[in-house]
Amino acid sequence: MKLLVRLRPFAFIAVLLAIWQVAVNRHPAQLLPGPLGVAHGIGDLLKHGLMLKYVVASLFRVTWGFLLAAVIAIPLGLTIGWYRRAGMALSPLVQVFRPISPLAWIPIAILWFGVGDLAAIFLIFVGCFFPLMLTAMSAVHNIPAVYVNVGRNFGLSAADFIYRVLYPAVVPQLIIGSRITLGIAWLVVVAAEMIAVNSGLGFLIIDARNAGNRYDLVIAGMIIIGTIGLLLDLGMRSLERVKSFRWGYSED
Amino acid sequence: MSAEAGMLAPVRDVKLRMERVGMAFERDGKSVSVLEDINLDVSDGEFICLVGPSGCGKSTMLNLMGGFLAPTQGSVTIDNQVVRGPDPRRILVFQERGVFPWLTVEGNIGFGLAKLSRAERRERIDHYVQMVRLQGFEHTFPSDLSGGMQQRLQVARALAVDPDILYLDEPFGALDSITRLLMRGELLRIWQSERRTIIFVTHDVDEAVQLADRVVVLSARPGKIQDVLTIGILHPRNISSASYLEHRDDLLKKIGLAYTA
Amino acid sequence: MNALTQPSRWEKFFWPLLAAALLLLLWHYSVIWTATQVFPSPLSVEKGLAELFRKHVLWSDIGDSLRRVAIGFGTAAALGIPLGLTLGWYPAANQVLNPLLQILRPISPIAWIPIAIVLFGIGDHAATFLVFLAAFFPIVVACVSGVSNVPTMFRRAGRNFGLSPAQILARVVFPAALPQILIGLRIALGISWLVVVAAEMIAVDSGLGYLVIDSRNSGKRYDLVVAAMLLIGLIGLALDIGFRRLEKIRSVRWGFGHES
Repeated sequence: MKLLVRLRPFAFIAVLLAIWQVAVNRHPAQLLPGPLGVAHGIGDLLKHGLMLKYVVASLFRVTWGFLLAAVIAIPLGLTIGWYRRAGMALSPLVQVFRPISPLAWIPIAILWFGVGDLAAIFLIFVGCFFPLMLTAMSAVHNIPAVYVNVGRNFGLSAADFIYRVLYPAVVPQLIIGSRITLGIAWLVVVAAEMIAVNSGLGFLIIDARNAGNRYDLVIAGMIIIGTIGLLLDLGMRSLERVKSFRWGYSED
Repeated sequence: MSAEAGMLAPVRDVKLRMERVGMAFERDGKSVSVLEDINLDVSDGEFICLVGPSGCGKSTMLNLMGGFLAPTQGSVTIDNQVVRGPDPRRILVFQERGVFPWLTVEGNIGFGLAKLSRAERRERIDHYVQMVRLQGFEHTFPSDLSGGMQQRLQVARALAVDPDILYLDEPFGALDSITRLLMRGELLRIWQSERRTIIFVTHDVDEAVQLADRVVVLSARPGKIQDVLTIGILHPRNISSASYLEHRDDLLKKIGLAYTA
Repeated sequence: MNALTQPSRWEKFFWPLLAAALLLLLWHYSVIWTATQVFPSPLSVEKGLAELFRKHVLWSDIGDSLRRVAIGFGTAAALGIPLGLTLGWYPAANQVLNPLLQILRPISPIAWIPIAIVLFGIGDHAATFLVFLAAFFPIVVACVSGVSNVPTMFRRAGRNFGLSPAQILARVVFPAALPQILIGLRIALGISWLVVVAAEMIAVDSGLGYLVIDSRNSGKRYDLVVAAMLLIGLIGLALDIGFRRLEKIRSVRWGFGHES
C-alpha cells in the first residue's frame, strides 16, 4: 500500500506525458514535439557528448560565480549586519541594486569582459552577491542576544567571539541562504548563456531553436536544466541536515 | 526577622555596592524611568533575592550589576571598582536558551576555560559535571537535554570560571514546579559547597524565602527599593516551620503593597 | 545589538546619504582615473535620465513593463493561490503534484522563451507568459507552506465551534496563513520584476529591459544603459515598499512581529 502511495506522483506525471503525447499526435503539423520526441532528443545529445560538455560548462560558471560572491558578500554582510550604522548606511543602496535583474547587467558585463565565460561568471556573481549579503546581514541580526551577552560575559576577545560564537550561530542560516542563492545562480546561468555566451545549457536551448527549430532538443535541454537544478537543491539540503545533526540543532 | 548572631552567615566586606543608581530608557522619544534611587550593599558570600512585580526593573537591575547596561544615574561598584562592562568574574545565568546549542555539555562548561592547560581544563569540567549531576551526558548536545538539565549546564558553565558573583535571572522560570523545587535544592547545595555571592531575581515568594539571606523588594515601575527583608533562618530551611511561614507572610504583605502601589 | 547608543532619527537619513555620496564620488573619480571612453560618469547618466524623460518613450516603456508584470503576476496569483491552498489543505494532492513542481521550478523562465515564442509569438504575450511562470511557483510554494504551518490547534478550534471544512478553510486557515502568503506574493512580485526585464531583453521590443539592450546595441549609449538600470532598481524597490505596506494592515499585522 505504501509503495502505491509513493508511486502516485510518478503515475500522475506519466498520465500528463500520455496526454501530451496524444495531443501532439493529433496535431502533427505544429512545432512542439511530444515526450517521445524529447526522449529521442536526449539520446541525441548523449550520443554526441554535447550534453556532458554543456553541463560541465554551466556548472563551472555557477561554481565560480557563486564562490566569488560568497567569499566577498558573506563576510561583508556579517560585518554590515553587526555594525548597526553600517547597516543603516548600506542597506538602502543594496535595496536599490537588488531588483535589477542580473541580466540587465549584460551590456556592462560584455563591456568589461567581452562575450564569454568571464561575462557569464560576472553575471552569476552579481546575481548571487546581494542575496548572500542580505542573508548574512539577516543571520547576524537573528543571533539571539543571549549568545552575544554570554560571549561578552566570558570576556572573549573580538577574534575569539567571532570564531566561537558568531560563526556557529550564523552557519545554519547561511547554509539555507546559500541553497536559495545557488538556485538563483542556476536560473541566472541559463539565462546568461542564452544571451551572452556560446556554450552551456542555456546556449543549447537557444541554439537548438535558432539552428533548425529542434524543439525536441529545446525541451530536452529544459528537462536537464530542471533536473540538475533539483539535484543541486537536494544536495544543499542534505548539507543542511548534516550540519544540524552534527550540531544537534536546527535553526528553530 | 530576629537576628541571632550565630545563625547568620558571617558578615564580610561589601562586595557590590549600588549608590543612588537610576536607569532610564528612551522609548519613542520619551524618557522612561525604570529604576530610581537604588541603594544597596551586598556582602561577599551573601545570597540576595530581588523580587517585585513584572516590569519593576529587576532584570534591569541585574544587568546593571553585571555591567551589561550603564546606569543613567549613580554608580555600581564591585570591590570598590566601578563596573564598566561584563566580566568573567561575575557571570549571568539567563532564563532560557542560554547554553550554546552547537557545543556539547563538555564544550559548554569548558567555554570560558580556554586559558587553562588541557589537564586543568579537564579537571574543572569533570568537577562541575559532577557538581551539577550531569555525569554521563558530557557528549550530549543541549537539544537532547531537558529544561532543568540545560539550566544546570548553564550554572556549571558559569561556575567553571570561578566567578566572584553569580547573577541568576529567573533561571527556573521556564521549568515545571517540581523541577523548580529540585533545582532550588541543587543551587543551595552548590552555594554551600563553593560559597560565592549570589544575586537571584525571582517573582516567586517561596523561592525567595527558601533561598535568600536577604530579600530586596522592588516597587512597581519606576522601581525603587521598597523593603529589604532579612531571612535569618539557617539552612536547610524547613518550609513548614513557624519562622519560615512568618517570613513568608511578611514578604507577601510587602509584595502585595508593591503590586498595588 | 552592539550599538553603543540607540541611533537617533536623523541618522537614519544621514548614513545612507553619506554612503550614496561616497559611492557617487568613487564612481565619478574611477571614470576619470581610468580615462575610460565608454563607461559613463554619474553626470552623463543624469543627463541620460533627463533625456529619457524628455523623450516620452520612456513612459510607455515603463508602462509596458509594469503592465506585463501586472498581468503575469495577477494571473499567477489568481491561479496559484487557489492551487497552493488546495495542495496545502490536502497533503495527498501535494504529494502527487510536488515532484512535478520541483522539477519545473529550477528551470529559468528565460529557458521557456522558445516555447513561449512558439505558443505566443514574439511580443507582449510571450513576456507576460514568462512573468506568469516566474511568479507561479513561488506563490504556490508559499501558499502550501502557509497552510501547512497553521497550527493544528486552530483547525481543532474551528471544528470545536462547529464549522464545516469549507468554513474552516475560509475563516480560520486562510487568515492564519495570510502573512506567509503575503510574503510569498511579495517575493514573487520581486521575481516578476526581475524576469520581465530579462524577458524584454530577448523576446520583445519595448519595455525597460529592451531599453537597456537597445541603448547598447544602437549606439553604445552606456549612459542610457546605466540610467535605465537605475530606473529598474528604483521601480523594483518602489514595488517592494508598496507591497510591504500591505503587511501593515491590521488583519495581518499580527503575523509580522514587532520591531522593538
